[in-house]
Amino acid sequence: MKKFWALFFFFWPTVAIISCLIAPSRGWWFPSAPMSRTGIQIDGLFYLILIIVSITFVGTQYALGYALWMGATKDSASRAHFSHGSHKLEIIWTIVPSFILVFISLSQLDVLAEIRVISKFPEQATKIAEVTARQFEWRIRYPKPGEKLTTEENPGDLYYVNELHVPTGKPVIINLRTQDVQHAFFSPQLRVKQDAVPGLVIPVWFDVLEVGNYDLVCAELCGWGHYKMKARIVAQSQSSVDKYLKELEAEQNEDGTKSEAAKSDE
Amino acid sequence: MATVSPALDAHGHADDHSHVHHEQSFISKYVFSLDHKIIGIQFLMTTLIMLMVGGALALAVRWQLAFPWENMPVVGQLFGLFRSEGGQISPEFYTMLFTMHASVMIFLVIIPILAGAFGNFLIPLQIGTDDMAFPALNMLSYWFMWPAILCFGCSFFVAGGTAGPGNGWTSYPLLSDLPTAAPGSGSSQTFWLIGLTLVGVSSMMGSVNYLTTIINMRAPGMTLFRMPLTIWSMFITAILQAFALPVLTAAGFMLVFDRLGTIFPTDIHSVFFIPANIIVNNSAPTVGGGQPLLWQHLFWFYSHPAVYIMLLPAMGMVSDMLSCMSRKPVFGYKPMVYSMAAIAGLGFIVWGHHMFTSGMNPALGMTFMTSTMMIALPSAIKVFNWIGTIWGGDLRFNAVMLNCSGFVAMFIVGGLSGIFMAAVPVDIYFHDTYFIVAHFHYVLFGSTLFGVFAAIQFWFPKMFGREMNDTVQKWHFALSFIAFNFTFFPMHMLGIAGMPRRYADPYLHGYLEHLLPMNRFITLSAIVMGFAQFLLLGNFFYSIFRGKKVGRNPWNANGLEWTAPSPPGHGNFDIAPVVYRGPYEYSSPEAEAIGQDYILQTVPHVKGVAKFAHH
Ligand code: HEM
Ligand SMILES: [Cu+2]
Ligand SMILES: [Cu+2]
Repeated sequence: MKKFWALFFFFWPTVAIISCLIAPSRGWWFPSAPMSRTGIQIDGLFYLILIIVSITFVGTQYALGYALWMGATKDSASRAHFSHGSHKLEIIWTIVPSFILVFISLSQLDVLAEIRVISKFPEQATKIAEVTARQFEWRIRYPKPGEKLTTEENPGDLYYVNELHVPTGKPVIINLRTQDVQHAFFSPQLRVKQDAVPGLVIPVWFDVLEVGNYDLVCAELCGWGHYKMKARIVAQSQSSVDKYLKELEAEQNEDGTKSEAAKSDE
Repeated sequence: MATVSPALDAHGHADDHSHVHHEQSFISKYVFSLDHKIIGIQFLMTTLIMLMVGGALALAVRWQLAFPWENMPVVGQLFGLFRSEGGQISPEFYTMLFTMHASVMIFLVIIPILAGAFGNFLIPLQIGTDDMAFPALNMLSYWFMWPAILCFGCSFFVAGGTAGPGNGWTSYPLLSDLPTAAPGSGSSQTFWLIGLTLVGVSSMMGSVNYLTTIINMRAPGMTLFRMPLTIWSMFITAILQAFALPVLTAAGFMLVFDRLGTIFPTDIHSVFFIPANIIVNNSAPTVGGGQPLLWQHLFWFYSHPAVYIMLLPAMGMVSDMLSCMSRKPVFGYKPMVYSMAAIAGLGFIVWGHHMFTSGMNPALGMTFMTSTMMIALPSAIKVFNWIGTIWGGDLRFNAVMLNCSGFVAMFIVGGLSGIFMAAVPVDIYFHDTYFIVAHFHYVLFGSTLFGVFAAIQFWFPKMFGREMNDTVQKWHFALSFIAFNFTFFPMHMLGIAGMPRRYADPYLHGYLEHLLPMNRFITLSAIVMGFAQFLLLGNFFYSIFRGKKVGRNPWNANGLEWTAPSPPGHGNFDIAPVVYRGPYEYSSPEAEAIGQDYILQTVPHVKGVAKFAHH
């Protein structure tokens, strides 16, 4: 029975490791490959930590299991090894992990600065839209084609709900706000997340690498409908985005009479 | 059978406390008791019941995630609460379920079971004194739990069954601030806040008491570095409480003042957390210049230290138990003390790691990242020392040992997942996903609760003079441990898959649809885990009355508590203890010299044997 329990503590970390190894093939892993440049960096850092952590996990769990196994197989006549510890070991296992932890910290700094420090935002990044969260939807405001996005609303701004069109292959900035409570802008495929805080306008930059539709969901509890703030980010070529905005403009300016006039013009 | 060393009498320290006993009525003995042991047991029973309440709430949450919008079997029809919904969980009811699950578990189970139950029971016994410094304050700290429980209970019902507080245990404004922001943000949120404040008052009274008692009332010879690690952990926890709690209390009052309209029919209220021009539910725009992030800073300034309040005492108790069950001194006693102190110190400067996506200045984010990484260091040192304690021991494979080993194994997982989240860029992805949920359940359930399972069994004989059935405890351990890992390990994967927490129906989103089978599996495991707790409860209550009777020191342990009768009478020790050594001298040359593998702290030095074995 003693041996059974010692094996028990070998068994479960083994199952845990196996389940991690098969997870990607079962779809229990990232929803897709990272679809933004910072997303690729984030995944890189994740895998770096995953390797360090997995080695530590296996080492410590099996050491625990082995210590139990030694106790289970020891002959009953011999006593416990009397020791209050070892100064040398304490120093080793203080210094080695602290180097590893400092290394992990330092390895994060560049990416963090790139994502969050405003003065380090890519120079060519353009402000394409303001995204305002509210219970329970995402309101998108684009500037009038050819104009710049400003914090205040301008006549001619274009509005849409729950769909954000972005050009691919270039860094873009959105201004994130909330009209009511706190929300968070989360796109799992792009690995972008930023809280929308009442009273603040927070610029968020990202670049989408490939054409496609990506999820936009809310990641901060905002009330009963938190789960249903479902929207999408439509990434397309710049020309398609321009075309989309033109259509949106036409739709928004349409007031019956004008479209009649437009028709008779042709 | 181990009893008190006869040599004690020779020192003339033996004054008998039992003669002060006088007849007490049932009420003053068992209800409004001033005796720290009764108060500890009261805390223990109350928190065990609350554990089942919190567990039931969790299973309701799990039901919704496995079978969204389907009627709940049995319970669905049982309570009036659900009947209005036809047994179905509505989204606002779902927000209330997870809010109250967390609130009950954190504030009514984990914090009071460690400090309240074990702190109360063990501190005077382990430092060798007859009671707490302020017994009346101690009694009050228990009785302040009940108004808190009442307030939490009321918050379910005040606004009708489906509008309980639904803002999460973190209660971020403005959702928790503007009464119109959600069905549960009205008076029920106010009740919740008052309940929270009352728990704080209770904890504060406890910690003042613990600090004073540990500083002033140690038995002769009980120097600081002869204190069991349990006492060190309670001491450090009490310091954390005393310094961090006022901040939460202040923040709580600020939020109540912002919400004054929910208490009195008035339009006058403060705007600590309310900025201008916020339009909630088509109401008029707010007037104000407040800052919602202020709440997050204040809340986490308390609640990060609080997560250690929810762990340190378990770390201390597990160290005691592992040493006893390995028949070996704790490996690196002083590094254990220093690392607990380091955890407590660093614990005050890491709160920002809960706010990496909040829009906080990135320079601050870098600082908080580094301090958070550093807090993993003392945690690692403790793990190595626990393994070192077991290494080469003469192990007793009972359920106490198994639960303690489970504690260490689970703490490793929780600590390691913390590293992912401490790394800001990675946390940008993981924040508010199920990865976080996995992390804190590994530390709070996997570590703290498994430590508590061990502690209940270990100190049960001292509480009731009887022992719990070890076989039942082993079954309880095996079932809980397996079901626990089946429940929470896959949650790491849910987090990696990007499943946000606090979603009533994740499957609305295409990228999460395929996770339904895994969520069903998790729910199934959670049900098994929930029901396994009846083994513990059954064994606990059965053993109080029918357990095998045991003497003073059934585990052949070294601590002072084992020199007192089981259960100790009012006043604890029949012979006032004098301390000659640390609590972990298992298998020492001195112990060998008296033909045992343990030597009580009260046994005078054995002639002709080196006092300290140098290694
Ligand atoms: C190795 C040490 C640890 C590290 C590095 C660490 C790191 C973190 C980080 C960075 C977060 C925030 C994640 C996010 O919201 O994005 C977090 C959350 C949390 N941690 Fe830890 N942690 C550690 C140990 C612990 C311990 C020992 C406990 C409790 C006993 C604990 C309890 C929690 C809880 C309850 C939360 C979630 C709070 C919430 O959002 O509801 N952690 N941890
Ligand atoms: Cu939300
Ligand atoms: Cu924290």
